[in-house]
Amino acid sequence: MAASHSQNPIIKGYVLPGLIQPLLTPDANPGYRKVRNAFEQVRAEIENTDADLILIYSTLWPSILGHQIQALPEPEWTLVEEEFHDLGSVPYKLRIDSEFAECYNKHALQRGLQSRTIAYHGFPIDSGSIVALQLINPNNRLPAVIVSSNIYADRAETVVLAKAAVSALKEQGKRAVAVIISTLSNRLHTNYIDPKDDCINSLKDQEWNLKILEFLEKGRLEDVAQLSRQIHREARVKKVSNFKPFWWLSSVMGAHNRYTGKVFEYQPIYGTGCAVVGLTPAPHASRDLEFDEDAPEHYTGERNVLSASGESMADFSSQQVLCNTDDEGIEQ
Amino acid sequence: MATTSKKNTGKGAIVAGCLAPHPPHLVYAENPPQNEPRSECGWETLRWAYESMRNDLSQIEHDVLVIFSPHWRTYVGTHILATPHLKSLSVDPIFPNLFRYHYDINVDVDLANTIHDVCQSKNIPTKLMTNPDFRVDYGTIVTGHLTNPKWDKPIVTLSTNCVASYYNLDRMQALMMELGAATKEAIEKSGKKAILLASHSLSHRHFTVENEIPEDMSKEHITNHSLYLWDMKMIKLMKEGRSREMIDLIPDFTEQTIAESDSGGLTWMMKAMDFPTYPAKVHGYGTVIGTGNAVAHWAPPTTTKPQPLAEKGI
Repeated sequence: MAASHSQNPIIKGYVLPGLIQPLLTPDANPGYRKVRNAFEQVRAEIENTDADLILIYSTLWPSILGHQIQALPEPEWTLVEEEFHDLGSVPYKLRIDSEFAECYNKHALQRGLQSRTIAYHGFPIDSGSIVALQLINPNNRLPAVIVSSNIYADRAETVVLAKAAVSALKEQGKRAVAVIISTLSNRLHTNYIDPKDDCINSLKDQEWNLKILEFLEKGRLEDVAQLSRQIHREARVKKVSNFKPFWWLSSVMGAHNRYTGKVFEYQPIYGTGCAVVGLTPAPHASRDLEFDEDAPEHYTGERNVLSASGESMADFSSQQVLCNTDDEGIEQ
Repeated sequence: MATTSKKNTGKGAIVAGCLAPHPPHLVYAENPPQNEPRSECGWETLRWAYESMRNDLSQIEHDVLVIFSPHWRTYVGTHILATPHLKSLSVDPIFPNLFRYHYDINVDVDLANTIHDVCQSKNIPTKLMTNPDFRVDYGTIVTGHLTNPKWDKPIVTLSTNCVASYYNLDRMQALMMELGAATKEAIEKSGKKAILLASHSLSHRHFTVENEIPEDMSKEHITNHSLYLWDMKMIKLMKEGRSREMIDLIPDFTEQTIAESDSGGLTWMMKAMDFPTYPAKVHGYGTVIGTGNAVAHWAPPTTTKPQPLAEKGI
């Protein structure tokens, strides 16, 4: 069993796209059908694990007041996607592990994050989470928990958010598969296309997608995470402050490259790069690089680097020298 | 009851345009029966501003409200609400504790189709939204409620085509100029009198935490002074009738204040109104979780009824 290589309660990790075509119009393009089939392979793979829940971080659920965690036990609604509403409606009823959601929130708060659970009838659960759960967990065999992507968060908060999930799993003695809902490149076509003519929006996006997939196929999850800022600059429409899902996935699974990667499928959907990828903890790393980004355990807030005095920076280790050397040669 | 069709009896016109922000907090503070959460009070300056604007709009004959909403975000063209009747529950994705609103909305499908047709003729990508299960975005609902709480006029909503994040603010400006001109042409063709509502705030840097009592006004203020200065700059231009200059500043203003004008609503509306040189009436300004919000309207002098002397306080 994969978990024997690690004490981490995450059994497997998946990268899944959130666009609605594989669910509603899989036969509009042969590539959509291939992505749909890949989702079904993931479903079969998850069914062969002893996971207790599916833990989702969705880039299609933006939040502002910190992170939000879905906690309504059985949310039920009919989804209509705001961009592709002409493709149809998706009635759904999900099973959420509310106890885990509360525990996850508790650990997030303990680690200094701003977070809260959400449990309201009619809350607009994001389309990506619904697509994924309909396809990989069609009968709610496993309960799920969904966490939002805070648009203002950057790496430190996202890393700590992932560690809070691991702490919660350990406290409850549960094992999970971790899922990020995200495209690779996210550039949609900006005009209406015949689905038969779908292609990746630009050659540059295509090259970046292939690079990311090359890393993931070799199990180099942390390497991809470390490239997140560059991926954001090169292959993403900048809707949020940074490209965060691989920070979360890497931290929740373990920030290293000791994985077996499997690219189930990679296809364009309305111009975006949609890959279905699986990662399983493995005994040996394909390659271990020297990572240059830190792995904080607690979130201690924003560094007020514009502060006139050093007082508000004094709690940060990187600022202590500066704060203590006001009289030691720093030009006034 | 609002109607969704009206015979074309002559040249339609834009009879007013409003900057009508959509913080759900304002509906929460009003405690209308449609909204589930209850509040004690809050954000009175903005709610009174809306009250003042409603009073003015009630003096202007109109058939339909056309709302430009930043919370229906589309990347493939501009989408147009075109289902005759929509009834459901809207839960705010960011503030579900404040806004769970049961809406019942009539849509002017004829006008929606006309806007779509005119846009198509000009190669502006648009799509009609005809799925009856579609949930109307909360920007439309909040702006619609605060402008017309009786919902006795049909609406048309235009989505925000996110060209500002996809390309840049200059590209957004160019597209919104085209969309504004097309909207004006469509309204004129329709024979209807329309009020335009640009549903957005000015500066838009939120607090990242919420107070234990959301309506605790002792905690409400602009996020920072530079945002306030920019908001005042824009409002000054509104009050002085310098709308073209205001729109020319939108890219800088938006970049500096993370403003919701990145949606293009204000640019769309000012272009559709041929860049008014008469002053806007600014009904009020206030902050909501740190963002700057102005409630204002422009009414062409030809469409404003002269007020009775008593109402002028004479």
